[in-house]
Amino acid sequence: MSAAQIAPPRPFRQRHWRLAAFGRDWAAVAAALLLLTIGGMAVLAPLIGAYDPYEANNLLRFAPPGAPGHSLGTDQQGRDMLARLVWGGRVSLLVGVVPTVLASIIGLGLGILAGYARGIVDQIIMRVLDVLFAFPMVLLAIAVAGVLTPGVGTEIVSITIVLIPYVGRLARTATLSVVTMPYIEAARAAGGSPLAILLRYVLPNVLSPIVVYATTLMGLMIVVGSGLSFLGLGVQPPVADWGAMVADGRVVLRRAPHVTVLPGVVILAVSLAFNFLGDGLRDALDPRTGRR
Amino acid sequence: MTGPSMSGGDIALDVRNLRTRFGPQHGGVIAVDGVSLTLRRGRTTALVGESGSGKSVTALSIMGLIEPPGRVIDGTVLLDGRDLRTASDREMEAIRGARIGMVFQDPLTSLNPALTIGSQIAETILAHEPVSAAAAHARAVTLLEHVGVADAAARAQDYPHHFSGGMRQRVLIAAAIACRPGIIIADEPTTALDVTVQAKILRLLHDLQQEMHASLLLITHDLGVVASMADDVLVMYAGRVLEHADVDTLFHAPKHPYTRALLGCIAGIEDDRTAPLQPIEGLPPDLRNPPPGCRFAPRCVHAVAACTAAVPALQTIADGHSVACFRAMEALGDD
Amino acid sequence: MTETLLTVAGLSKSFRARGTGLFRRPVRAVSDVSFTLQRGETLGLVGESGCGKSTLARLVLNLIPPDSGHVTIGGDAFTRAGREAQRRLRRRMQIVFQDALSSLNPRMTVGVNIAEPLRLQGIGNAAERREAAHGLLERVGLRVQDAERYPHEFSGGQCQRIAIARALILKPDIVVFDEAVSALDVSIRAQILRLVLDLQQQLGLSYIFISHDLGVVKRVSDRIAVMYLGRIVEIGPADELVRGPLHPYAEALLRAIPIADPRRMRVRDLGLAEGEAASPMNPPDGCAFHQRCTRQLAICASDIPAVHHVSPGRSTACFLHASPAASRQAAD
Ligand SMILES: Nc1ncnc2c1ncn2[C@@H]1O[C@H](COP(=O)(O)OP(=O)(O)OP(=O)(O)O)[C@@H](O)[C@H]1O
Ligand SMILES: Nc1ncnc2c1ncn2[C@@H]1O[C@H](COP(=O)(O)OP(=O)(O)OP(=O)(O)O)[C@@H](O)[C@H]1O
Ligand SMILES: [Mg+2]
Ligand SMILES: [Mg+2]
Repeated sequence: MSAAQIAPPRPFRQRHWRLAAFGRDWAAVAAALLLLTIGGMAVLAPLIGAYDPYEANNLLRFAPPGAPGHSLGTDQQGRDMLARLVWGGRVSLLVGVVPTVLASIIGLGLGILAGYARGIVDQIIMRVLDVLFAFPMVLLAIAVAGVLTPGVGTEIVSITIVLIPYVGRLARTATLSVVTMPYIEAARAAGGSPLAILLRYVLPNVLSPIVVYATTLMGLMIVVGSGLSFLGLGVQPPVADWGAMVADGRVVLRRAPHVTVLPGVVILAVSLAFNFLGDGLRDALDPRTGRR
Repeated sequence: MTGPSMSGGDIALDVRNLRTRFGPQHGGVIAVDGVSLTLRRGRTTALVGESGSGKSVTALSIMGLIEPPGRVIDGTVLLDGRDLRTASDREMEAIRGARIGMVFQDPLTSLNPALTIGSQIAETILAHEPVSAAAAHARAVTLLEHVGVADAAARAQDYPHHFSGGMRQRVLIAAAIACRPGIIIADEPTTALDVTVQAKILRLLHDLQQEMHASLLLITHDLGVVASMADDVLVMYAGRVLEHADVDTLFHAPKHPYTRALLGCIAGIEDDRTAPLQPIEGLPPDLRNPPPGCRFAPRCVHAVAACTAAVPALQTIADGHSVACFRAMEALGDD
Repeated sequence: MTETLLTVAGLSKSFRARGTGLFRRPVRAVSDVSFTLQRGETLGLVGESGCGKSTLARLVLNLIPPDSGHVTIGGDAFTRAGREAQRRLRRRMQIVFQDALSSLNPRMTVGVNIAEPLRLQGIGNAAERREAAHGLLERVGLRVQDAERYPHEFSGGQCQRIAIARALILKPDIVVFDEAVSALDVSIRAQILRLVLDLQQQLGLSYIFISHDLGVVKRVSDRIAVMYLGRIVEIGPADELVRGPLHPYAEALLRAIPIADPRRMRVRDLGLAEGEAASPMNPPDGCAFHQRCTRQLAICASDIPAVHHVSPGRSTACFLHASPAASRQAAD
């Protein structure tokens, strides 16, 4: 007799659906595989590759991709491009991922606190974030990087500071819309304490837009990190992230385009991959779009 | 398929076998599936049905306002012998407003928040008639008075957000009748309003329709509104018309099991808690995957094998009364 | 044999008006509302949009603090009870909202959603809670398998069944329905109303049933309270009130409702009330309805009528029905 019997049975059991939804998004799967491969190579850099990324070889400068022994060629100092890309990835991925994760955690905490507590707490947090927000992103990063000594640590700190207001604002907006939902009121009517409601209702509903946003930011931050290196504010030579490689290569762009183009393509591919991953995660994290 | 021959009033608009599809992105939904209706001068026709039954799509199809990916795929819409489906966009623009006026459900979103009330009505007039802006504005004020806006000259200078919901609906009605169209289509004109305001808007629509001797197509899901306003009624379900009758027959001698069940569902002010409430079990069908045969069959207590085997056509069983049910002629007891 | 389960006394609540601006006037959403609810009874609450029905529901459930007045559940003070006492009292009164889908947490399965009040109250272990949720799912006409699905996979009517199951899991005495069937189609609405009435019989529940649709309220209620601009203007047995309303506003409301029978009522028979509802931001002096009232007295424009008992069980806040003593008092 019941109305529900008309609804068709669902093919996936609860625990599998998120993965299943993700698995059907081929772009996201491909992006995840690419990122895992590049990330794995970066982590395992010391173990793979026959070459030292910093070892110059004046006899073998500007070898084009496909040259014997150097599958991606060499740069203007005869250093192996593949080795440099793999080692450069260690820095670039670190700069893309670590500040984004840090800023997401801090921004999420501040944003939820502001949106949930409201009042004076909200005012103070948001005004501080507004001040940070008022600076153009790169300018702020340059300022921070300029005060501290250049290096990976500085880059991470400056990008983290830059990102906090972005994540914080998003988290606050998401929190404000979640707290007005009737399910929050239902939970309060059932006797839920403010803390229980925060943890079981507000956080899970705010988390997924943040995760998706952060994933997209990671790609962007690799580009920003590259920009900082390009400006000489990031890692210092001979260590080179992908951005520094592009910067180094541009003086010999005519003679050996691959020195610039290869890291450029890698930056593009990785930031695109993060974007696709973000889209895939958004669908997979939200039960409402998980199935179609 | 024969439409009922209604006595009285000459035909203002004749819609035959209208079919409108959305998709294929949406799974190819046929939202309106062979709807025929006739609007007569001086009469009110009600189109009643539950949410998603295709009432609004029918109205939009008549008006030529279906946007891709939607498309009217079949049927004719005859206005004075002219098939509106073959009319150009320019011709349709001239017809909308001047020949057919439309009142939409949501009185807030249908008005431009950045324009004064007076100029929005004047715009409609200017679009159709070669009059000066001043004359159009003067007529807008007269129209506002006509629909019961007090102090119309001053209120014409106000913006929509200064008006209450009921007042905005009056403004929309004023705009719809600005060029004295012979046909008014009102899509759930009172759904968003309180009952005391609804009563006034219904009265206003009724009085205007009588005075202009216009045809009113009133779309609603409220059977109380149907009973008080309609001369003829079409009952829609899942994109099809299941029953078509004059209002008295529909409420007192309905033949389709759906109509009868629907009347059993309403919570009337006069019923008390001891009267049994007889809900229709189940849910309306998913149009992406409609059931075979009669679309009401899965929920129908009188369904037999034939009902799922073929689609029952709308058949005239008495003057002005047609029913799409294989068992319409049987005396079906209420379960 | 009656037992008063709920006593609401003199509840009032003002909000600061939404939006900004220098002249933010307070909105008097609820003013001096009192009523009681007996065990097993349904009290219907009708009134037009913005008259304060939802605000009153929130006050009764203690989801927002009142400016004044208090709520007592079965003799225990609810409004200003300590935290723990309040949490325990919440078990006795639950709510079902209009927008069923958004009253369910989209990230929890239906089963978890239903069991959630038990968890928030710290009752039972996971297995017992699941068991209880499954039992209720069947009781409201869904299947046990539906527990594993998510709210968005269900239609509006099914979501309302889920929300009702959740409201019942704490075994409350009182359930408040705030426009719980207003968003549903006629045929689905009838299904839910039937479920609600069946559950009341089986479980001996008391209901506060809020709707702007007097037809629906009449169908389910023993008594009806009519609200206008934050106040209860009339309260009485459902049949008597509908047959012979005392307050001019209740009368206007009743006469504006179209009856689904063309032989009984056509559009010309609809009663047209004067004017439009006054704004709660700027209520008139005296009786809030006096400007629209066809039978107003001189006193109506200056004094606010108190609630008078007119006959057993029937009260109204109108000078027309005030006892001679009361009106003389008001005239002074
Ligand atoms: N733009 C669109 N794209 C795809 N499908 C549509 C579109 N508009 C309407 N539909 C579908 O057409 C069907 C009929 O819709 P319609 O709006 O006519 O219903 P209705 O009877 O007016 O219902 P309501 O009472 O809710 O207004 C629905 O199943 C709807 O999903
Ligand atoms: N949180 C709030 N802040 C400011 N004003 C509010 C708030 N909640 C309600 N109001 C105002 O209080 C009045 C009563 O609102 P309430 O929601 O209780 O009405 P209602 O009778 O439930 O209306 P509806 O039938 O539209 O749901 C309205 O004028 C509303 O704008
Ligand atoms: Mg519609
Ligand atoms: Mg409300």
